[in-house]
Amino acid sequence: MTASGKVVSMREAIAAHVRDGDSVVIDGFTHLICFAAGHEIIRQGRRDLTLCRLTPDLVYDQMIAAGCARKLVFSWAGNPGAGSLFAFRRAVEVSDPPLEIEEYSHFGMVARLAAGAANLPFWPLRDYAGTDLPAVNPQIRTVTCPFTGEQLAAVPALNPDVAIVHVQRADASGNAQVWGLLGTQKEAAFAARRVIVVCEELVTEEVIRADPNRTLIPGLVVHAVVREPWGAHPSYAQGFYDRDNDFYVAWEAIGRDERRLRGWLDEWVFGLPDRAAYLAKQPGLRERLAADVRMAAGVNYGF
Amino acid sequence: MVAAAPYTPQELMTVVAARELRDGEVVFVGIGLPNLACNLARATHAPNLVLIYESGAVGAVPERLPVSIGDPALVTGALMVASMADTFQCLLQGGRIEVGFLGGAQVDRHGNINTTAIGDYARPRVRLPGSGGATEIAIHARRTLVVGALSPRAFPAEVDFITTPGLRSRGRTRRELGHPGAGPVRVITDGGVLEANAGSGELELAALFPGVTADGVRERVGWPLVVRASLQPVAPPSAEDVRLLRDVLDPGRLFLKR
Repeated sequence: MTASGKVVSMREAIAAHVRDGDSVVIDGFTHLICFAAGHEIIRQGRRDLTLCRLTPDLVYDQMIAAGCARKLVFSWAGNPGAGSLFAFRRAVEVSDPPLEIEEYSHFGMVARLAAGAANLPFWPLRDYAGTDLPAVNPQIRTVTCPFTGEQLAAVPALNPDVAIVHVQRADASGNAQVWGLLGTQKEAAFAARRVIVVCEELVTEEVIRADPNRTLIPGLVVHAVVREPWGAHPSYAQGFYDRDNDFYVAWEAIGRDERRLRGWLDEWVFGLPDRAAYLAKQPGLRERLAADVRMAAGVNYGF
Repeated sequence: MVAAAPYTPQELMTVVAARELRDGEVVFVGIGLPNLACNLARATHAPNLVLIYESGAVGAVPERLPVSIGDPALVTGALMVASMADTFQCLLQGGRIEVGFLGGAQVDRHGNINTTAIGDYARPRVRLPGSGGATEIAIHARRTLVVGALSPRAFPAEVDFITTPGLRSRGRTRRELGHPGAGPVRVITDGGVLEANAGSGELELAALFPGVTADGVRERVGWPLVVRASLQPVAPPSAEDVRLLRDVLDPGRLFLKR
């Protein structure tokens, strides 16, 4: 695949790489969650997805509400700092049939992606003894260490069909640089069969090569590159824009009321063609959330 | 000496939780009130507290109270940003965390925490968020502190679901389960402090807040709570503590109720 062939619009990337029935990771831990991709998946009407993330966050709450999900694989399903994910809760507490769930702790999800990225069948960890998680999730098992005889917990590799990773900057080949919280972006990208990199800035290869330690994901594992400024809002991109905490708090009242949530999706997802229109609809966003400047000193890569 | 200020039980709970932290300790900070208590400790008696968040921020010095544990202010000025794989494997499982600080929806007699589901797991009455990092934090941190307001619903004899293992889980001790850390040694509530009895594996009432009686605590706990013969007094918050909480750390009242 030529580098220039990878650069596509969000609509093209989702159409080409996300199919009904896929397992999908839209990664990012609080930071760099690609809402633009979630919204495009909703618009394109994908169904029966297995959505995997440590923290489903509002993006999966919206996708569950829109009917995209058959199953959720996760470790913490709340509205971070604000409260509940009500579409998720309704899907588990009252929907018939309920949303299928497969539940771990954060460490378990991290370990699953690490195993997937490293082409191992499972990952051992010191965890879960004395908890009820293995009783409700038969995928959490134990393994005996062949050297010490110790019993350890084991979780299976997670190899999603698609990983969507939002980054601050990437080149046309998908070499992607990230700073700030790193979440499980690297593991998710290496574990996935297809990888979409979404960037705030599309830069030249020279920019990447000038600071190779900052590259989290090499283009050789990337299938599509989308330039989508502010594509993570209401999540954030360090050095570009702050988390929209007001929206996270406001989601409590929207999510709680099924009709209001439906109205929100109609207005902000189905009613808009793309992220550019989403941004045009809220002109005050930049003024309210644009990041201040805290530059780091550069380093000498000479030899 | 600053005079004692009028305060709410929730504010005193947060202040007492902050006092549990010693300067220089390495703390794994949980979401909600623990986050507030850790930042209060850093602003008062423990300026060298090393705050580690599961998001990977190490040595965070947030200039504003982080609303979430993945707030960008945790990164600005931090000592390190670790990937989550490194955070859980090298820092937590590697044994580098001295204190784990958690909130709990439900805490039982043996310090087990439920943040998963109230009622039947498959069709819960209330579906809670789940573990996050709490399960492994309480397994690996050298000691774990828990903070939460008393009520019979929040402190049942036995939790519906063990998300996070306590002092004794379904009859098995931490030693039998192979847990490296000591588990929940103290639970700071809005009426007093519950402390682990290493022998029985039960939480006992060890300290009382001003104006609260032992019976007042027992009424809000779902098991026959053991009350220690000599209860430690708890000093009220200083005016400076209250000012920091209300005006500096949580002016928007995200965590503290008015």
